[in-house]
Amino acid sequence: MSDEIRLIEVKEEIFADNRKVADDLRASLQKEKTFLLNLMASPGSGKTSLIVKTIAGLSSEIRLGVIEADIDSMVDAETVVKAGVPAVQLRTGGFCHVDASMVNKGLEGLAVEDLDLVILENVGNLVCPAEFDTGAHKNAMILSVPEGDDKPLKYPLMFSICDVLIVNKLDYMEFSDFNLEKMRERVLRLNPDIKIIPVSCRTGEGIENWLEWLRLVSGQFAVGSGR
Amino acid sequence: MHELPVIEKILKVVLAHAAKHRVKRVVAIHLEVGELSDLEEQWMQHYFDHLSKGSRAEKARLVIERIPARLQCAQCHETFLFVTVSDEGNVCPVCAATDCRLIAGQGYFIKNLEAL
Repeated sequence: MSDEIRLIEVKEEIFADNRKVADDLRASLQKEKTFLLNLMASPGSGKTSLIVKTIAGLSSEIRLGVIEADIDSMVDAETVVKAGVPAVQLRTGGFCHVDASMVNKGLEGLAVEDLDLVILENVGNLVCPAEFDTGAHKNAMILSVPEGDDKPLKYPLMFSICDVLIVNKLDYMEFSDFNLEKMRERVLRLNPDIKIIPVSCRTGEGIENWLEWLRLVSGQFAVGSGR
Repeated sequence: MHELPVIEKILKVVLAHAAKHRVKRVVAIHLEVGELSDLEEQWMQHYFDHLSKGSRAEKARLVIERIPARLQCAQCHETFLFVTVSDEGNVCPVCAATDCRLIAGQGYFIKNLEAL
């Protein structure tokens, strides 16, 4: 072999294998008629509160399960189990995101065939989770009023990959200069198809709109199943 | 923030190609990284140096080309460069529409290797 430098063509997408696992997961869950929702947001924006509200509003009509991803704690899963639905805690062991094989592992802890909807509470962070396909059928994110209306400018990728944006903590609006219209305009410049739903988990304002959206998307799989 | 899993994947792909082509040593790895990725190039190299120790890719240089983010107008489908952090930009230069889709500027792609 000579000591000349050779150029070797690779042409490989780094996340191609994750995308494959994610696509397979989406398909197999669809076959089970289980809808997977990936919920992303900053820490403290109200992910767990929204999940608790969702359980209260839907658990009489939809069989729900929750995967809680946290860097290293059990607090959120305990809260969700207290609210009355099965939950598994996925410790990401320092990782800043969840990928499709981690979700596969989490689903092993839930009896998926008996569930209509699984909500994945992703790691609290608006950067990393945007880059990893989890295998979810829809991506949702929360932006809370105290975080400010400029977040779509700072985290464009996250806003561009979500199907629905929940604007939480509407009850803080009077203490803030958050401009909902301005924010809406900024988001639509990245993602014209996104559905924006303003809510307050504390007062319950707008929660019905969120539940309606969730009923609609998660109900798609159940058509003809006689549920 | 997720340099580690990304670099692990890159190294895995690189070593598979290095073995397949029976190279002695990988000298450089040419990567395309989306402009919207928050990974720091310096840290990517750092993690790579650490993970590749003792392998055929030890001491290989990461040559990173940033791929600009682009938007596509939802109305007339014109594509144009995404202006990061701005309210003034991100308007279709052809029809002035403001509803646009992000179509490029994310992801990681290994183009090729320089090897001995």
